Amino acid sequence: MSVDNTKDDFMTIAGRQFSSRLIVGTGKYVDYAENAAAAEAAGAEIVTVAVRRVNLSDPSAPMLVDYIDPKKYTFLPNTAGCFTGEDAVRTLRLAREAGGWSLVKLEVLGDEKTLYPNMPETLRSAELLIKEGFDVMVYCSDDPIMAKQLEDIGCCAIMPLAAPIGSGLGVQNPINIRMIIEQSSVPVLVDAGVGTASDAAIAMELGCDGVLMNTAIAEAKNPVLMAEAMRHAVIAGRQAYVAGRMPKRQYADPSSPLAGLI
Amino acid sequence: MDVKINGETRKFDAPLSVLEILQAMNLPSQKIAVELNLEIVPKSAYDSQIVVQGDQIEIVHFIGGG
Repeated sequence: MSVDNTKDDFMTIAGRQFSSRLIVGTGKYVDYAENAAAAEAAGAEIVTVAVRRVNLSDPSAPMLVDYIDPKKYTFLPNTAGCFTGEDAVRTLRLAREAGGWSLVKLEVLGDEKTLYPNMPETLRSAELLIKEGFDVMVYCSDDPIMAKQLEDIGCCAIMPLAAPIGSGLGVQNPINIRMIIEQSSVPVLVDAGVGTASDAAIAMELGCDGVLMNTAIAEAKNPVLMAEAMRHAVIAGRQAYVAGRMPKRQYADPSSPLAGLI
Repeated sequence: MDVKINGETRKFDAPLSVLEILQAMNLPSQKIAVELNLEIVPKSAYDSQIVVQGDQIEIVHFIGGG
């Protein structure tokens, strides 16, 4: 594949094609206007959103959908903050009714300090959701065995963490991420833990189909500029992966020919 | 009658439909989802679904999140 035809290099999730491989969150921004500008700069086609109670005391408060158009972006409702399968399933049923979309991001948390996923609960609720017709993109640990089980029960994308949510530590376990990529026939996206552009590029160079991030953009000093940097990093990492990197060598190998030396 | 909406008890005059409650609270019915006593109320049933004394309602929408 040449660099030119990476334009036709789509990420296909649950039968839908996306030309952007960068999914961005919509949390932690100063306001929805900055959020919208960052999503635009990121070139994102999918944005994650949370489901929460409406503000009854001020129904005229700004709403996300007034700034980020669900006709322009694919809204990916998440279950952030859910610690049981029941809460996660209940949240996504409401999300489907609010938006009418069956593509969702499942995350069932196991611990408040690490925000590590509770994998038995994640597996159980993923099964329930898939039976109800949801297309489940699943936040998971970087354990290849768990990832395989999630794929086997029908998840449409496997999304292991690079590092804890909001930590910005980058890909901590490239060996496991690589194993998950090699064994999976559905898209694998690194979800959580990216801190800066090189982290996103590393995930893509490993062969990830995409990257999902929120804090790395929202908490940058200039979120819109960081969003653009992330767009470039994801494209660069993808192109480098498709291009196929040179082998690593222990010692030097001259770039200029030795023949004809004076 | 007393109805609990998003955890707060609210008073309404008579049994009302879900749609009438949303209108009374100035909530845009297209941008939200409603759960009545833990069961989803489809948008198509807002008009016909009657709310009675003691019902518990959750009204949610999309906000920013990662």
